[in-house]
Order: sequence, then C-alpha cells, then structure tokens
Amino acid sequence: MFEITASPVSLERVVAAVRCPSSGAVVSFLGTVRDVSQGRTVDRLEFEAYTGMAERKLRQIGEEISARWPGTATAISHRVGRMEVGEPIVAIAVSAPHRREAFEACAYAIDRLKQIVPVWKQEVWNDGASWVRGATD
Amino acid sequence: MRVFIKFFALCREAAGRRETELELAAGSDVRAALERLQEQYPRLDARCIAAAVNREYVGQEHVLSDGDELALIPPVSGGGCV
Repeated sequence: MFEITASPVSLERVVAAVRCPSSGAVVSFLGTVRDVSQGRTVDRLEFEAYTGMAERKLRQIGEEISARWPGTATAISHRVGRMEVGEPIVAIAVSAPHRREAFEACAYAIDRLKQIVPVWKQEVWNDGASWVRGATD
Repeated sequence: MRVFIKFFALCREAAGRRETELELAAGSDVRAALERLQEQYPRLDARCIAAAVNREYVGQEHVLSDGDELALIPPVSGGGCV
C-alpha cells in the first residue's frame, strides 16, 4: 500500500498491509505535527502533494527496500491537507523476517521519503505562514 | 510543440497559478522551458527548482516532447534541492 490521502492515516492499516507468515518483525513509524518549529508556535500544518508522482515515488521507495533488504514488505500512507498539532502526517510499516532489517528499512523509508517524494509542508502560525525547507521529525 | 506546466507550493505562489501551457520550439530542453517561465513569472526562483517530466525527475538538459507534463518541484518538505 502506497498512498497519498486526504483522510487520516493509521498505523493499524499500514501494519495490516505488511503482516505475513514469513515476517518475524514489523516496525512502524508515525510522523506527527509538532507544536513548535524553529522557536515559533505552530497553529497547524498544510501539506500539498504532486499526488500522481508522490505515489509513484512512494512505490519506488518500497522497491528500493525490497532490493536492499530481501523478504521485507513496506506500506506508506501520507496525508495531505490541513492537520492540527498532534495529528499523524505519515504512517509507515515494514515487515521483515528479523527485527534488524525491519528497523533499518523503516528508518530508510522515512529518510528517503523526505528526499524524493514531492510533498510540501506549510507551517501556519497565529501570525503568519511559511513553506518549510528544513527536516522534520 | 506544447508543454503542460504544473506549479507546486512556493512555485505556485510565485507564479500565482497551478498550471499553464508553454509553446516551445521542437527540441527544446527543460532549461529553455525554465528560462521562459522565469521571464513570464519574475517571482519564480528557478535556481533551487528541480524538474519532473511526466512524473519522473529529469535534468535540465532533458529534451521535451509535445504534450509533456513538466512540473516545477521546489525543495520537498524534508530536504534541499533534489
């Protein structure tokens, strides 16, 4: 499952998408809206995506992970639109035969997402807004 | 030939629109298209913009074809220039 969606994302869905009998571990990641960014209080975030290309790039990340860590399965769900502080932005799950590959591959997935997936984040404060270039957590 | 342009995020705000069309000479590359767009939309800052043609990243020397979709990709949410 590789999707850009306007609906809330959930760990349960991505985990369910990667569970299989041959996996001994599932590692998941949830990226959420933080209340402070570079010293300013964040009111909310607005995410915009080039949807067709973004889903294609998410699928590419899954293919890169399969090639690098054989036997893994990956699912990524990234939300777009307006999100409030604390809400999930992106949910990732990777299953693998053993836990080490699952941890490594899940970290790779979110790092790679931030490099190549055309998704943009605008921070909205109570006194303005700005498109963000810096890394998020 | 005609190329379909898409703007996102910072580029969309600088251009004041989401999409447009460009008439270019046959054989034009991405660099030529970006130069034209920079002229039409002076607020665009093309220095740090990556380009995608038909939903795949390409270099500025990539030669365009009639009907291509050229997207201007400002730095994505987590990184610098792709």
